[in-house]
Amino acid sequence: MRQFSVRYNLLFSAAVCGVAAIFVSSLAVALSERQEVNALLYKQSNVLQAAGFAEPGEKLTSEEIEKRFENIEIVVIDLETGDEVTDIDATAFDQQAAKKDPERSSEAPENKARINRLPHRAQIFKVKGESGEVEKVILPVEGYGLWSTLYGFLALSSDTRTIEGLTYYEHLETAGLGGEVDNPRWKALWPGRKAFDENWNPEIEVIKGAAGPADQNPYQVDGLSGATITSRGVTNMLHFWLGPDGFGPYLEKIRAQKGVA
Amino acid sequence: MADKKSDVVLDPLINNNPIALQVLGICSALAVTTKLETTFVMCVAVIGVLMVSNFSVSLLRHHIPPNIRIIVQLTIIASLVIVTDQILKAYLYDISKQLSVFVGLIITNCIIMGRAEAYAMQNNPFMSLLDGIGNGLGYSVILLGCGLLRELFGSGKVFGMEVLPLVTEGGWYTPNGLMVLSPGAFFIIGLFIWGIRTIRPEQVEAE
Repeated sequence: MRQFSVRYNLLFSAAVCGVAAIFVSSLAVALSERQEVNALLYKQSNVLQAAGFAEPGEKLTSEEIEKRFENIEIVVIDLETGDEVTDIDATAFDQQAAKKDPERSSEAPENKARINRLPHRAQIFKVKGESGEVEKVILPVEGYGLWSTLYGFLALSSDTRTIEGLTYYEHLETAGLGGEVDNPRWKALWPGRKAFDENWNPEIEVIKGAAGPADQNPYQVDGLSGATITSRGVTNMLHFWLGPDGFGPYLEKIRAQKGVA
Repeated sequence: MADKKSDVVLDPLINNNPIALQVLGICSALAVTTKLETTFVMCVAVIGVLMVSNFSVSLLRHHIPPNIRIIVQLTIIASLVIVTDQILKAYLYDISKQLSVFVGLIITNCIIMGRAEAYAMQNNPFMSLLDGIGNGLGYSVILLGCGLLRELFGSGKVFGMEVLPLVTEGGWYTPNGLMVLSPGAFFIIGLFIWGIRTIRPEQVEAE
């Protein structure tokens, strides 16, 4: 076999690395805009699903998404005080980035949803009716299931008690078991259930077995069979985000404004 | 080693299948075969990477110093895989989300490195390209078969279309939970290997 000098080895590897690096990085830069658009559209279409403006699994073009977003106002709130903040561009706010920034987030209090860090601010969506009245609020929720963190949106009616829908846009639960959180039939069980009891404690719960229709059993939802831990994760994350460390203060402000007690 | 062009492409389908005979690339075969749609995209991605990596390694084969050849091959393969991942994210966002880390893990797929080392380093670029297609197809045959059975019996669907109506959707079929879990793929691939070796007893390893 031909012998190569050390100098040749070094030069050759440098050349291979150089070519590969230029190739990969130029392509990544060229495609990044498209990828960001995709990620945004994906998130928006999930907000639409939670709002009930799109069917689960429905493929929407960017124009359709934009059109259906007309009645949705994007708002950033301060989680601790529950006030809306106006000093930043709410559309561009990236909650996941805020969560990772030590200056814009803090360690979460101990919780069952296994959330480690909590951003100071959160991006929420207000769905308005024909008259401009807020009909629903859509809150981002996240929490640990069996294998992964589930990210989703909870839609609440403007009375802040009635659930309008729950949808997840990202998780790595077992397909067919915990992954059934994506099943349209399971999602259809959520609208009409009550998130809070009379004293405004989070009461909604995913139980083992069947819970029955919403008007008979407003606080419980059918469990996912074969996915006890994912089901429990869903309960835990809803309790966390509806509670005082999550959107509790914000929801209280809404109630105070509307005079719902 | 087969010399004829058609042999280079067709041999890896059954006679010298990278999964069934060489038992390479099992990791991704377990992970991405719960649904045919993801399986199919994964197969296309692997064929693409395998073709280009074989071709480029073969082009450089007289210039790659033997003592650093593995790392050079890996650099080429890794670049191609990152590019594939980026393209999927830009053009097939939904599927790339479902494939998640497994596109990136094509880097560690033994078939690709195995073919670069075993074939592309000794043969000309054109034959290496064909070898890449052949082995990619061999990988795909097993994966698609596995994906078909898993999706059909695990969720009653083929390419997302309902074939066996599920009990939970008001039908009669109770899905087999094992099929959607990784061990299900082990059983299926095991059965495939058994089948192939029954028809072709010469593939059975000597005791």
